[in-house]
Amino acid sequence: MKRIVLVFCTLLFFGYVTSQNLNKRNNLPSVNIKNLEGETFNTKEISNDGKPIIISFWALWCKPCKKELDAYNDNYDDWQEETGVEIIAVSIDDARSTAKVLPYVSGKDWDFEVLLDPNGDFKRAMSVNMIPHTFILNGAGEIVYQHTSYYEGLEDEIYEIVEKVASGENVSGNN
Amino acid sequence: MKKALALIVLSFLFTPMVKAQGFLSKSEVHGNFELDGMYYQADDALGITDSIINGNEFGFNGFADIIYTLGNFSAGFRYEAYLPPIAGFDRNLDGQGIANLWASYTTDRFSITIGDFYEQFGNGLTLRTYTEWSLGYDNALKGARFVFSPIDGIILKGVYGVQRYFWTKYENNNRGIVKGFDAEINLNDVFNGMSDSKIKLTLGGSAVSKYQSDQNPFYKMPKNVAAFAGRFNLGINKFNFSSEYAYKINDPSAINNYIYKPGAAFIFSGSYSTKGLGIYAQFKRVDNMSYKSDQAVTSNALDINFLPPLIEAHTYMLAAMYPYATQPNGEIGFQIAINYKVPKKSKIGGKYGMGVSINYSQMNNIDRSAPNDTAYIGQSGTMGWNSDFFKFGKQIFNKDLTIEIDKKFNKKFKSTFKYIYQVYDIATIQGHTGEPMVNANIAIIDMTYKLASKKALRWELQGLWTKEDNGNWAAALIEYTVSPHWFVTITDQYNYGNKHINEKIHYYTGSFGYTLNTMRIALTYGRQREGVVCVGGVCRQVPASNGFSLTISGSF
Repeated sequence: MKRIVLVFCTLLFFGYVTSQNLNKRNNLPSVNIKNLEGETFNTKEISNDGKPIIISFWALWCKPCKKELDAYNDNYDDWQEETGVEIIAVSIDDARSTAKVLPYVSGKDWDFEVLLDPNGDFKRAMSVNMIPHTFILNGAGEIVYQHTSYYEGLEDEIYEIVEKVASGENVSGNN
Repeated sequence: MKKALALIVLSFLFTPMVKAQGFLSKSEVHGNFELDGMYYQADDALGITDSIINGNEFGFNGFADIIYTLGNFSAGFRYEAYLPPIAGFDRNLDGQGIANLWASYTTDRFSITIGDFYEQFGNGLTLRTYTEWSLGYDNALKGARFVFSPIDGIILKGVYGVQRYFWTKYENNNRGIVKGFDAEINLNDVFNGMSDSKIKLTLGGSAVSKYQSDQNPFYKMPKNVAAFAGRFNLGINKFNFSSEYAYKINDPSAINNYIYKPGAAFIFSGSYSTKGLGIYAQFKRVDNMSYKSDQAVTSNALDINFLPPLIEAHTYMLAAMYPYATQPNGEIGFQIAINYKVPKKSKIGGKYGMGVSINYSQMNNIDRSAPNDTAYIGQSGTMGWNSDFFKFGKQIFNKDLTIEIDKKFNKKFKSTFKYIYQVYDIATIQGHTGEPMVNANIAIIDMTYKLASKKALRWELQGLWTKEDNGNWAAALIEYTVSPHWFVTITDQYNYGNKHINEKIHYYTGSFGYTLNTMRIALTYGRQREGVVCVGGVCRQVPASNGFSLTISGSF
């Protein structure tokens, strides 16, 4: 009987834990980072009304990252019109340059949302090692594709996947 | 009967779980890894002989980080191996094992972590633990962390633990115990009336204490060293201001030569941002603010706090020749930056617009005078020095003017031009005692030509001109990439201006690599010049070497 009670309690606990999870908006880890206004932003709040999301980790000291984001920015109007995709660029600049990110982004005239992860909390939770590291999330908030490094023309490949995701195709095999 | 009862109970329990897509499918394992291997060769030109290598032909650094999550619960560990560490990494890393082990439970309102964890209070002036693989740096706290948000807009954090010191286990007070508390309040979230205000205000404060038993035979050491900081972030329309001031009670240590002066650090940043234009200015002062959990340690380890170096982080080969690192015993300086995008379809901007950025930073020593009539500046066992808060010392550590222009000429061709002027106190920053101040001019051209939709050629030409140190350098790079998988790169750095004829050396490398999604493999052969690699303000010395290096990394 003791054993049954133990099993019961354990399952009740896990049942509770998992049911807590039902209302979550995406499948990303819950990490408090900052937006460019210095306000706390929880990564569970990343959402795009059932449309695809691109999350790209970058930093001011990472030239290929900035090239990648420039390439996205050049295409962003078209991409949004066609698929409704949203881009979120997560800067992992530490206290050395977090205050420089906002004026840099303004100077670049990037149209997408930029978040700050100054101590790499979100980076670690997402198992990001080298940057640029880009994730594509489907409408259900699940990661369906990821890629590290940027070479000229990668944006075409990224967008092909976004198009598939937007039309409901299963692309998780690319992960 | 019991079995039947259990079955009924189980079936009831599983029903909600099946609806929740099954509880096993809710659990998830992910992680990342990297293996860096080096094979060293003798090289007469670099002065590396077989007897210097002497059985140390290989260096190997590797890690694997695994995270398991099940709903709100997650746990993870990191395995590290340095067998032996690659040249330039701290020899104390030699060894292997589980470097990091933790478990945490997180809900919308609270989070608790047991084991090794990373945390930062504000800008890190009182506390920051982090890890940087490329430096072999890890000052994780092992203990417990509690984060609590009683209402939206308020976050309270408490930490308690001891820091990682390579592979040395904590025992018998062999290093300090760190306790910390941080509170942050966002007024816009807390007060309903402010939620739509154009004024965004966040306030924060932290208190940190380190306890270490007095093990110094000469001086009476404070056992508890406390540090406090206050900060704010204020956004008003297009303006943003942020500041933090930290204070630390007296903390005699090997870094400050055992003086009893309290420490302080101050950062103030202001920026203006509008579409296509960002302007930024920052002031910083550090006075005796090294804060380690062992007062006898002078190496890059056991730092409780983080003092960010406020200068442009250079990554181009020759621009990274003279990297600046924060001087924890005292520095005062400022930085100004302008980022501007010349609009599209304007005369200068052309079809795509043109990016212009200018950055100037300067760091001086703080002004110091003797603490009293009988002591000299910095004398052990005294108050160390007196210093005016806003007065710049005469000694210049570093000046850096960087001008960068980004221009896309057409669909296929784009380039970056960069000019940098640096003044660098190599004697203080790199410990090259007696060497004169370096004045260097650096010019860089970086061009990319798209050959086809996924093929591109990129090349760099760089020059560094200086009369001091090793004299003039020239460098070139050529890179061919096929997106998303392949790259081939050849580089050469040539010290043509070296005064010694036999030190006019070519540092050539050849690399190629393959990337598949997040898996990456890269092989490099060639010479590494002696220098300093800095990431985020922490630096490590890299000796000259020749040989093969292999990097395999991935994330899943």
